[in-house]
Amino acid sequence: MLPFKSLTAIAVPLIRDNIDTDAIIPSREMQSVSKTGLAGGLFAGWRYRPVGSREPNPDFILNDPRFAPAKILLSGGNFGCGSSREHAAWALAEYGFRAVVAASFNPIFRSNCVNNGIVPVELERDAITAIAASLGDRPDSRPVTVDLEACSVSTASGSRWTFGIDAEARQMLLGGMDAIELTFMRQENIAEMRAADRNERPWIYL
Amino acid sequence: MTGGRTLFDKIWSSHRVSAIDDASDLVLVDRILLHERTGAVALRSLATAGRRVLAPRQSFVVMDHVVDTRPGRTDATMIPSGTAFITATRDAARAAGLTLFDLGDAEQGIGHVVSPELGIVLPGATLVCPDSHTCSQGALGALAWGIGSTAAEHALATSTLRVKRPKTMRITIDGELDSGVTAKDLALHLLSRFGSSGGAGHIVEYAGAAVRALDVEARLTLCNMATEFGAFSAIIAPDEKVFDYLKGRRYAPTGAEWDAALVSWRLLRSDEGALFDAEHRVDARDVAPMVTWGVSPQQAIALDGEVPDFANVEGRDPRELHDRALAYMDLRPGVRMAGLPIDAAFIGSCTNSRLSDLRRAAALLRGRKVAPGVKAICVPGSTAVRAEAEAEGIDRIFRDAGFEWRESGCSMCFYAGGENFGLRQRVISSTNRNFESRQGPETRSHLASPETVAASAVAGAIADPRSPL
Ligand code: SF4
Repeated sequence: MLPFKSLTAIAVPLIRDNIDTDAIIPSREMQSVSKTGLAGGLFAGWRYRPVGSREPNPDFILNDPRFAPAKILLSGGNFGCGSSREHAAWALAEYGFRAVVAASFNPIFRSNCVNNGIVPVELERDAITAIAASLGDRPDSRPVTVDLEACSVSTASGSRWTFGIDAEARQMLLGGMDAIELTFMRQENIAEMRAADRNERPWIYL
Repeated sequence: MTGGRTLFDKIWSSHRVSAIDDASDLVLVDRILLHERTGAVALRSLATAGRRVLAPRQSFVVMDHVVDTRPGRTDATMIPSGTAFITATRDAARAAGLTLFDLGDAEQGIGHVVSPELGIVLPGATLVCPDSHTCSQGALGALAWGIGSTAAEHALATSTLRVKRPKTMRITIDGELDSGVTAKDLALHLLSRFGSSGGAGHIVEYAGAAVRALDVEARLTLCNMATEFGAFSAIIAPDEKVFDYLKGRRYAPTGAEWDAALVSWRLLRSDEGALFDAEHRVDARDVAPMVTWGVSPQQAIALDGEVPDFANVEGRDPRELHDRALAYMDLRPGVRMAGLPIDAAFIGSCTNSRLSDLRRAAALLRGRKVAPGVKAICVPGSTAVRAEAEAEGIDRIFRDAGFEWRESGCSMCFYAGGENFGLRQRVISSTNRNFESRQGPETRSHLASPETVAASAVAGAIADPRSPL
C-alpha cells in the first residue's frame, strides 16, 4: 500500500448526502473476481449516458476536464452507505483518489478506505462547502492539500481546517501498512486467548 | 462508575485480545461467513499472499448473491460473469477447507437466513461477514457485523479483527404492536423517526416488551435493517425463545456443552442500571403498517398516509434530495400511498423471506389472485425454507395466486446487470433497500412487509393488509 503523508491535488466536489456504494461502483460493473479493473466502472451510473454505455455524460462533474486528474473527492454525509462491497474503495483508489472529504462516512466503507490507502477525512459541512467554493472555476490551478501528518485540510487561498482520525488508521495510512502484518505481531496473544476461551466456550471451536 | 454493564460490553470484553489505540481493540472472531460475491476475492487474495485460514471449521461459505433463482438452475447466471464468481468461490472454499453450502445442497440459501437456521450464529458469539446485513444475526444475541473484503482476509488469517469500539444505544419499544403490524413496519417506523444516520457509530440494543414479544424470525427482520440505520450493528438479549430456536440445530452445542452454553447465555443481558451512550423509547402502539415513498429507507410513512411535502418532513434531507426522490419515484406531495398502482411485487431477501413471512403472506393470498399485469415473485430465503413451505402447501397458494415460486437466493433484492423488474417499474418489495436502481434500472421500489406486498399484489396497487380486497 502506498504511504500517505501529505497530498496537494485537484479536488472534485460531488456534494450529496447518502452516496451509496452501488452509486460508487454499480454491482453490474463487478465483472471479475478481482480487486482491479474497476476504475472504468466508478460512478458508472452517473458518469456515462446512456446508462450501461461508456459514453461520457458531459453533465457529470468527473467528466469535466478542469477536474482531471482529481485525487481528492469532496462529498456530503453518510458517504459510502449501502452494500459493504470493498469494490467501492478499490474503484476509487484505482481511479486515483487518495482522499475523500465528507461530512460523515459509513463505518464499513471508512475502514475499507483505510485498508486501501484512501484517507477518510471527516469535516463539518460548512468547511466542505467552503473548500468547494475555494476551487472557483479553476480547480486545476487551485488545489487542495490533505496533510495526514498535521491532520489538516487547506485550500490554495490559505484557509485551513483540522480533522480527527483514529490513531491506528492514521498510522496504517502514514506507513502504508497492512493490518494483517500488524496483527501477526500479536499472534502469541491471540493463541493464548483462544486456548483459554476454548475451555470457557468449547462450543465455539467446531 | 456505578451501574451495570451493557450486553455489548459483556460480549466485547470477553472477546478483547488487546487494545490497539484509544478507539480500537483487537477482538476474537468466532464465526466467519463468506458469500460468492465477495468471498472468492478475499480467499484468493489471502492465498496469493501465502496466508492460510486459521480456523477453517469456524468459517462457512454460502452461494446467494448472484445465483440464478429460476427453477432448474445451474451455475449459469443472468448476472454478467456471475458464473466466474460461483466457480471461483467453490474452488477457493474447497482449497481452504471451508464448509461450503453449494448450489443444489439442502443448506443453500441467503447467508443471514442459513446461519441462524443451522445454528452457526450463537448467543454471545462474534460473527463477521463481508455483507452489510450481517447485523440481522444480532437477533440471536450475537455480536454480528458487516465488514469489507480486506477485513475478511484479516479475520480468516488471524481469527481476529481490529475494530473501532462502537458507542452504545438502546432503543426500548414499550407496549404491544397492534395486530397486523410487523417487525418490518417497526424497522421502517424507526428509520422514518430517527433517520438513516440515526444509529451511526452505535451498536443498537433493541429492548422492551414489544421486542421480547417478537419471535426469533421477526427479530431477524428488525435487526436486519440496522445497517439502513447507519448502525455498527444491532443486538437483542437472547432469551428462552432463542434457546428453543437453536436447540438441535446442526452447529449448536449438544449434551453437556449445551447445558454449559445455556448457563453462560442466560447472563447475556444488559444489567439493571447499565449506561448507554444514547437511549430512545418508542411506544409500539404508535407503529402502523409502513411503506417507503422515496429512495432512502428513512423516507417511509404510514401506509394510510400521503407523500409528504418537504415542509412536513423534519429537516433531515436538504430540499434538493427530497425533490430528487420525488422525481425519481414519479410522485408528488399529497399523493396517497394506498391505491398507488404497482407493476410488480417481490417477496424475498434476508429481511423477509423466512417461513413465518411466507406463511403470513400466504394467508392473505389464499383463494385470491394477483391483479392482472402485476409481475409477482416469491423467493424463499433458503432451500430449507422452500422445502418446509412446500411441505405445508404454501407454494401452491403462491402459485395458484399467480406468484412465481423460485429457488432460494438474493435474486431481485439487488440489481447486478441481470434479471430485473424493468425500466422505471414500480415495485412493492419485502426487501431492505429502495436506493435508486437498487432493483433494476430506475426501478421505483417501495419497501413494506410481506403482508403488504401480498395484499398489494392482489389489489394491483399499494394496499393495507389489514383490509385486503
Ligand atoms: S438478500 Fe439482499 S440485502 Fe440480503 S444479503 Fe442478499 S442482496 Fe444483501
